[in-house]
Amino acid sequence: MAKLRRTMLYVPGNNAGMVKDAHIYRSDSVMFDLEDSVSIDEKDSARFLVYKALTTLDYGEIETVVRINSIESGFGKEDIKAMVRAKPNVIRLPKTEKAEDIYEVESLIEKEEKNEGYSIGTIKLMAAIESPLGVLNALSIATSSKRLIGIAIGAEDYVTCLKTSRSEDGIELLFARSQLVNAARAAGIYALDTVYSDLSNEEGFIKEIKLIKQLGFDGKSVINPRQIEPVHRIFTPTEDEITFAKKVIEGIKTAKSNKSGVIAVEGKMVDKPIVERAERILELAKSSGVLEAGKESEND
Amino acid sequence: MTENKLGRIIPEKISHIGDLLPFDGAYAHTPLVKKEKGNRRLPKLNKLVDSIEKVIVETNLKNGMTISFHHHFRNGDKVLPMVMNVIAEMGIRDLTIAASSLTEAHQCLVDHIKTGVVKRLITSGIRGELAEEISNGLTDIPVVIHSHGGRARCIETGQIKIDVAFLGVPSSDVYGNANGYTGKSACGSLGYAMVDAAFAEKVVLITDNIVEYPNIPFSIHQDQVDFIVIVDSIGDPEGITTGATRITNNPKDLLLAQLVSEVVVNSGYFENGFSIQTGSGGASVATIRFLRKYMEDRNIKASWALGGISGPMVKLHEDGFIGKLLDVQSFDSEAIRSIGENRYHLEIDASYYANPLNKGCAVNKLNIVILSALEIDTNFNVNVITGSDGIIRGASGGHSDTAIGSGLSIIVAPLIRGRTATVTDSVKTIITPGSTIDVLVTERGIAVNPRREEIKEKLKQSGLPVYSIEELKLKAEKIVGKSEPIIFKDRIVGLVEYRDGTIIDVIKQVSN
Repeated sequence: MAKLRRTMLYVPGNNAGMVKDAHIYRSDSVMFDLEDSVSIDEKDSARFLVYKALTTLDYGEIETVVRINSIESGFGKEDIKAMVRAKPNVIRLPKTEKAEDIYEVESLIEKEEKNEGYSIGTIKLMAAIESPLGVLNALSIATSSKRLIGIAIGAEDYVTCLKTSRSEDGIELLFARSQLVNAARAAGIYALDTVYSDLSNEEGFIKEIKLIKQLGFDGKSVINPRQIEPVHRIFTPTEDEITFAKKVIEGIKTAKSNKSGVIAVEGKMVDKPIVERAERILELAKSSGVLEAGKESEND
Repeated sequence: MTENKLGRIIPEKISHIGDLLPFDGAYAHTPLVKKEKGNRRLPKLNKLVDSIEKVIVETNLKNGMTISFHHHFRNGDKVLPMVMNVIAEMGIRDLTIAASSLTEAHQCLVDHIKTGVVKRLITSGIRGELAEEISNGLTDIPVVIHSHGGRARCIETGQIKIDVAFLGVPSSDVYGNANGYTGKSACGSLGYAMVDAAFAEKVVLITDNIVEYPNIPFSIHQDQVDFIVIVDSIGDPEGITTGATRITNNPKDLLLAQLVSEVVVNSGYFENGFSIQTGSGGASVATIRFLRKYMEDRNIKASWALGGISGPMVKLHEDGFIGKLLDVQSFDSEAIRSIGENRYHLEIDASYYANPLNKGCAVNKLNIVILSALEIDTNFNVNVITGSDGIIRGASGGHSDTAIGSGLSIIVAPLIRGRTATVTDSVKTIITPGSTIDVLVTERGIAVNPRREEIKEKLKQSGLPVYSIEELKLKAEKIVGKSEPIIFKDRIVGLVEYRDGTIIDVIKQVSN
């Protein structure tokens, strides 16, 4: 089944209570932050806390991600050392601007993996792109490493660099978002959207989820457990979508057995892209738990 | 044969009927009626007394007697402190206070106990400094903790004999018809006070709002009341309610609420006509919101709800999802408004609510109750009275009453509080026996009492994360470890009376 990355819950790495509870809200991934949410004088303690949590607590099937500090900050190398030992699923690099940033982190990770006796490539990578340069280099970043499972946009820094601010409809992010999704798709990795910070604006949040889903993103970072359910709801295929997808797959099976190439379902012509989309809907439905595996076809 | 006051000849005795008392004049045996007849401007018959001090004299309150108060004004109560101060000034001593509960507003009792004005406490709960002092051995005689239903039973059977009840009422007429719905100190239901009014030897109403006779509807009625005192203020509205209950934003409470609602929906009890009680805590109130969605989706309606009524419950009632509300205590401003306005939001007294020995109490008809816990042990025994430090900090309330009465009793609690596990080998104080608890819901999983195997199967089939309670305990201990046991002294500072009058546990003095 395809790995779901609809939601990635931010958890400040220096908050023991939140670190302990990170997985109970059932986001697809949790991201322990050692970077922006941790003040300079707490970098060590946050690193230690996240290390202890990852090596002691059982986060079950929830994907664990750690956002490290950049190498330039002076904390990044220590973060990588400790985190490779703690063995999260993914290390997330902030403020990625070019492929070289990834190469550097990758070589540091590889070194630690060797030290620990892990097979090379155990720790996956994710790159956050937060600047115009990073956005323009999105494709080369996305294709820079086999470890990369996804690229994510960090909007706050980006819009500041653009000399603008975030608006309700997100027009200022349209280019960056589209560029990122295209780069991710070209590289065959996940595209992840930025956070929505106004917790009180449920309507605006829903609008944004619909927008990024339509743009092609796989999911979104969330800053509060309350934001998980709406994202999952909107990213989960509806009953109508599933029914239609099943009909498409059924139709194409029948067509194949009749040696006919083109079919119509509910009056719409079904060709290859539609079949692929139907397959993706059913895959997503299975991963989301709304469709039992093996029930893709009505007749099974 | 004898001649009565009007000159009629009356036999002194008749066989099969007995002795006969000759009429002795219309006023001879009914001293409380007015003797003057005339126009409307004559002074109206009333029970008003000028001051608390005078009323205490009138009631003939003596050393060693038992007096009672209610806690409908919660943290905003001014009645108990006001009355107790006057009693202390008058030099009356060794009183027993039988309060429906004691709150943050009642900390003055610490001094009254130290100075000998108060000798004993009987209550559902104690909080704050008073609770701490009691846990440290303030009273010579142990405090008796009872449930709301247990208290009603005690009063009705005479186990607690109240000499004088001092009852704050948000509105009353001069003859003693009182309710809690109106006035600046409105508190809604007067359910706990109604029992005292019915059974106390002397009943004193204290109000800041005298209204025209007859005050309708009345919860406490004129035939029960001896005296009325008017004071400036009986309660601080901010302490009486915190306003409208809002649905919590706390993610963990919301998660718990979601899980509880899924347990309810998949338990087999969620069908048209069900009845429910929830507490006033964050997760409980949020459960109501989640349940509403399931009720809408599946077109299911509840016939009635019980309790402790809060705004979200009122909303469901007014929107047609709950037929009737039975209200012993109104938690917030919306509940207070509703009980005054809605025909089927009915005030009930504590005996009707939960007295185990009357001919039928409401908890017995309850399908589902959602309750909280400070601690629960692997036998499902629940503690809601003593904190992780062993100090008293809560109330028995209707916990044990509703747990046994309901068809499905659900405990909702975070598995870990701070650095302490909620599930333990043995709770510090048992308020509710595990044999009356069915399901425990925590953020890390659900446990079903083994005696309810059928519910366990249903919840498992619906995909809910069901574990044994021992597994939940281990999950918690893996994160926070096992707590060091609290060291208590041998001295007993509290007796926990189960609703039937038996002693289910004792609370011991904490060791410094």
